[in-house]
Amino acid sequence: MSNPILALRAVNKSFGPIDVLHDITLEVKAGEVLCLLGDNGAGKSTLIKIMSGVHQPSSGVIEIDGVACPLPSPRAASEQGIATVHQFGGTFPLMSIGRSFFVGVEPTKGWGPFKVYDRRRANAIAVKAVQEFGITRIDDGDRLVGGLSGGERQSLAIARAVHFGARVLILDEPTAALGVKQATHVLRIVNEAKRRGLAVVFITHQVMHAMAVGDHFAVLIRGAVAADFKKGEKTREEITDLMAGGASMASLEAEIESQMAQA
Amino acid sequence: MSSTISIGGLLRRPEAGAALGLVAVLIFFAIFGGMTFLKPAGMASWLNVAANLGVIAIPLGLLMISGELDISVGAMVPFGAMTTAVISGHYGMPIWIGVFAALGFGVLVGLINGFLVIRTAVPSLIVTLGSLFAVQGIVLGLTVLITKSTSVALATEGPAKAIFGDFVMGGQLQVMVLWWLGLTALYIFFVHFSPFGNWIFAMGGDKISARNAGIPTERLTMMLFVLSATSAAFVGMCQAILYNSAQVAGGQSFIFNSIIAVVVGGVLLTGGFGSVVGIFFGTITFAVVTQGIYYTDFDRNWSSLIIGVLLLGAVLMNNTFRKMALSYAPKKGGK
Repeated sequence: MSNPILALRAVNKSFGPIDVLHDITLEVKAGEVLCLLGDNGAGKSTLIKIMSGVHQPSSGVIEIDGVACPLPSPRAASEQGIATVHQFGGTFPLMSIGRSFFVGVEPTKGWGPFKVYDRRRANAIAVKAVQEFGITRIDDGDRLVGGLSGGERQSLAIARAVHFGARVLILDEPTAALGVKQATHVLRIVNEAKRRGLAVVFITHQVMHAMAVGDHFAVLIRGAVAADFKKGEKTREEITDLMAGGASMASLEAEIESQMAQA
Repeated sequence: MSSTISIGGLLRRPEAGAALGLVAVLIFFAIFGGMTFLKPAGMASWLNVAANLGVIAIPLGLLMISGELDISVGAMVPFGAMTTAVISGHYGMPIWIGVFAALGFGVLVGLINGFLVIRTAVPSLIVTLGSLFAVQGIVLGLTVLITKSTSVALATEGPAKAIFGDFVMGGQLQVMVLWWLGLTALYIFFVHFSPFGNWIFAMGGDKISARNAGIPTERLTMMLFVLSATSAAFVGMCQAILYNSAQVAGGQSFIFNSIIAVVVGGVLLTGGFGSVVGIFFGTITFAVVTQGIYYTDFDRNWSSLIIGVLLLGAVLMNNTFRKMALSYAPKKGGK
């Protein structure tokens, strides 16, 4: 396939004396889902923040379309088409669907100083965008975002990012707070985004969810890429073991079993 | 699609609680005080109170919607009054210099408040508590230093008197009422119809997401602080011109009164929810309670009790309505 849309080349990040990321090299292509797996504290959040322009790497290069391209701010990242959707959707619970969809880029009607927010158009576009992602239960743009389920909120946020021209979608633990059914919803939307040719970076610590949508996997342990493999190259148990630090998971199981035997 | 008006739809609006509260206090005082307070003379008494409070309450409410708070308004009212009185009364300079100085100090204090809040990340309650006391100190210290008194006389004539501090319509209604109505209309447009209003709600809902969505949150915060401090200075300035004098004390009542008006008006203390119309109703409700008591047989000392109960009742009612708004889903599409 073509060049990767977003690539990190030997990226390091340290906060003062603390090294958080070491030599991270990753890439994600259009129409591909890269799953970033890692336990809590492995450096996933820092990595997301570097990709979305919140933090700057201490060393190393970020490439977009094969060209070195620093991302000095979240704004710069979104201008390059990199959109980040956080665990709770990054939306505004007490705003209507239409209003929160268009925050910062409100459609207006009228002219001069009498430009007014065009509620009807905003609602219509927002509802259409979400429904195209298969969430047909959202049909009234005046509903408040806080009244949606977690999965619907994620879908709204993803639809919003795609509508505003995102090419790279960074999903930060989108399924972590969701029930099984809701999570399936979100995974289906991730697949839909992939089908539309977006590059998706999917951060999670749920191996099942990663395996359902991922084409490419990277496991982070203590700030370094411990494994980088393609779909089908490793089993679920192997990945879980990797995330937990390899052998430690096996020894934990053995320990629990011996305790059970004693009881 | 025609916007259908239903009872449920109205109750889900942020101002629903305030509107019902207002109706309740109007009925209460109509029963216990007769209809006098709804006749022109009676109306003027609470409209004047509502106007002075409302001009401050709306910008304060917008700050609260955006997730901040400004209690320095309590010091900005006497500051605005004293600035005008010292410059145009004590020194005898033209009234317009006093007017612009008062408003200019409002802008300055607002900028300082806003700057400290966005740069230090100290909660705005604490920042403006500091500036409340600092400005009170400046007003008292400078006034006594310059005039050797805590009360300064001011005589104003001509257009400035007519514009800022006179009575209209038969001599009972303060001109401030017209300012209040005009400003309320402007705020309604600004907050609910222009696209900028959306930014204030987004900021109060989730500041980081709002900034990531490209909203200039810091500039907007500064602007709102400038707006509230300048509005308070404006009210002080107008009062000095109206009463022909300014005192160093007074003004503190505006702190709690405007917060009460805003909260009764349906604004969520933690930000992200509310409406200008709600604050407008909340302000009138507050004014009717404080003034309506004079038209009843009750001892006026009881009015604080009514306000306290009203505040708690309004908050509970607003919580209920907000939950209704959140859980609302159109019934048609099956679940």
